[in-house]
Amino acid sequence: MNATNLTLALLCGGFFAAGIHLMMARSLVRVAMGVVLLGHAANLLLLQSGGPAGKPPVSGSAPYEELADPLPQAMALTAIVITFAVTALLLAVACRSNDLRGHDDTTDRSVDDEEGGP
Amino acid sequence: MTLATLLVVVPVAVPLLAAGLALLLGPWPTAQRVLGTAVPTAVVVDAAFLLHRADTQGPVVAQAGGYRVPLGITLVADRFSALVLLVSSIVLLLVVVYAMAQGMRGGTVPSVFHPSHLVLLTGVALSFLTGDLFTLFVGLEIMLMASYALITLRPNRARVRASMTYIVTSLLSSILLLSSVAVVYGLTGTLNLAQLSRRVGDLAPDVQAWLSVMLLLALAIKAAIVPMHWWLPESYPPAPAPVTAIFAALLTKVAVYAIIRTQTLFFPRDEPWTLLLILSAVTLLVGAFGALAQDNLHGALSFLLVSHIGYMLLGLAVSTREGVAASGIYLVHHIVVQACLFCVVGLVEHHRGTASVRRLGGVGATAPVLSMIFLIPALSLGGVPPSDGFIAKLAVLRSAVGTQDPLPLVVAGVGLLTGLLTVAVMARIWSRAFWGEPAAPVPDPDPTDELVLGTGSVMRGMTVATACLMLLGVGVAAGAGPVSDLATRAGEDLRSGAEYRASVLGGEGR
Repeated sequence: MNATNLTLALLCGGFFAAGIHLMMARSLVRVAMGVVLLGHAANLLLLQSGGPAGKPPVSGSAPYEELADPLPQAMALTAIVITFAVTALLLAVACRSNDLRGHDDTTDRSVDDEEGGP
Repeated sequence: MTLATLLVVVPVAVPLLAAGLALLLGPWPTAQRVLGTAVPTAVVVDAAFLLHRADTQGPVVAQAGGYRVPLGITLVADRFSALVLLVSSIVLLLVVVYAMAQGMRGGTVPSVFHPSHLVLLTGVALSFLTGDLFTLFVGLEIMLMASYALITLRPNRARVRASMTYIVTSLLSSILLLSSVAVVYGLTGTLNLAQLSRRVGDLAPDVQAWLSVMLLLALAIKAAIVPMHWWLPESYPPAPAPVTAIFAALLTKVAVYAIIRTQTLFFPRDEPWTLLLILSAVTLLVGAFGALAQDNLHGALSFLLVSHIGYMLLGLAVSTREGVAASGIYLVHHIVVQACLFCVVGLVEHHRGTASVRRLGGVGATAPVLSMIFLIPALSLGGVPPSDGFIAKLAVLRSAVGTQDPLPLVVAGVGLLTGLLTVAVMARIWSRAFWGEPAAPVPDPDPTDELVLGTGSVMRGMTVATACLMLLGVGVAAGAGPVSDLATRAGEDLRSGAEYRASVLGGEGR
């Protein structure tokens, strides 16, 4: 394992904790916020998996040993796009839920049936 | 660009391009329908060629963009991935035909329906063929994106509620998987599966154990393994029948495939794996008892779906060549039988307007053909000889008994009990819903949506598609010899991993 940056590690853990905490909420908008934080946590973890920071990975700009690992950056970018798209979808579902059910709470099937059927 | 490379790239590239084209063809439903059936057909043919080639000449490998390993994205089709790709694409094609038959009467198929299916096919194919851990995540994500679109089609109260549970759960598991990918990369410095299978072995044993459990847990949510199954019976039932059929047949099985692939390649075990054996036993039992408690056909089938994931885990947990091969056979059987049963429930709903066992009755008298199409896969799921379900269960249980270990023997007993419970669930449904006095059809609960229910008739197109699914299962049973030989060879590949590594890495070193 490469040397880890303690600040980043603590931040990553904090994001995970806060994200999970928000995911426990009933309201889907809060859950979406939780998803955003969890996405950040995963991206920070990806970034750290590439080892210590270095120069921008542009070919020929610096000796090979001094460059940062470009692969985790590429993966983090991909993950950001995916999280972004799904967050937008979640918010759209919350909006539609508010139209159809009058709230955006995530309930169980049994609770939902008591509230007034399908 | 040799012919072999082309064969591997087609299942991923063509459906994705076709999805974009299908979206543009929105105003012309007929053109969309032609595209929506032609492309899966092409993938079926392609997968058949791939399987033949992989079986006779070893794994087919393609390097995207012509990069050297491990710089680019690798696509690999070995026996196992080509086999599941073939079965999955056949099932997807038949379910699309079923959905079109259903949609043609009640207005038009929504214009995002075909594009979503094509994107789903892309994701499934990429997950099966990828030779790279991050691309596996991307493949699963593409598949899930399409499934989000499908589960939120024509939303009503129940569907919106179900889609919330489904999307949030899938997202959580995706983020866990992404975190596992990050940890794997941090530890080994590569994501190529073949390279990883060499490098993971060099890590400390306790780190290996952690990685193994982490990857298992991230995929276990997607595969609906008890106790991570809570979302499935909550979110599947409200969706339209063809959507549920696709979900039930493919989504969890892609995750199971990923579990089998990663665990066999990275962590070759010589002893039975206790943790997975326990998970398997719990999954088998909880699913079966849950199904007994359900009144709704969708609910009962969803729980049985969860339950029978346990058989595949048992085969994998046994860790012998026979065990892994049995998991492969079970995977094939499970994909076909689940798609078929959920399609039958859609037909019953169309016929009677309800899927509640209490409000059904005498379907056998009013729709005899439909009842026969239900009975055969139902018996197969229960493991009654000579069905494909019996062959698959026998293979799994034999592999477990063959270890001579006490714990696999106990879990094999649990597997037998689950088979009996499954038969009990099916017998209950059969006696209450299909026998007895015919009940009157329930009027369409939601006349505004695209589904016409409670017509009292049986749609021919839907019936033919479902019958084809049933015959596919019968075909698996009839061709049990060749199928199990093939699965045994695939199990051998998975157990050793040597051929996989050699075909991807060539003669290169670490």
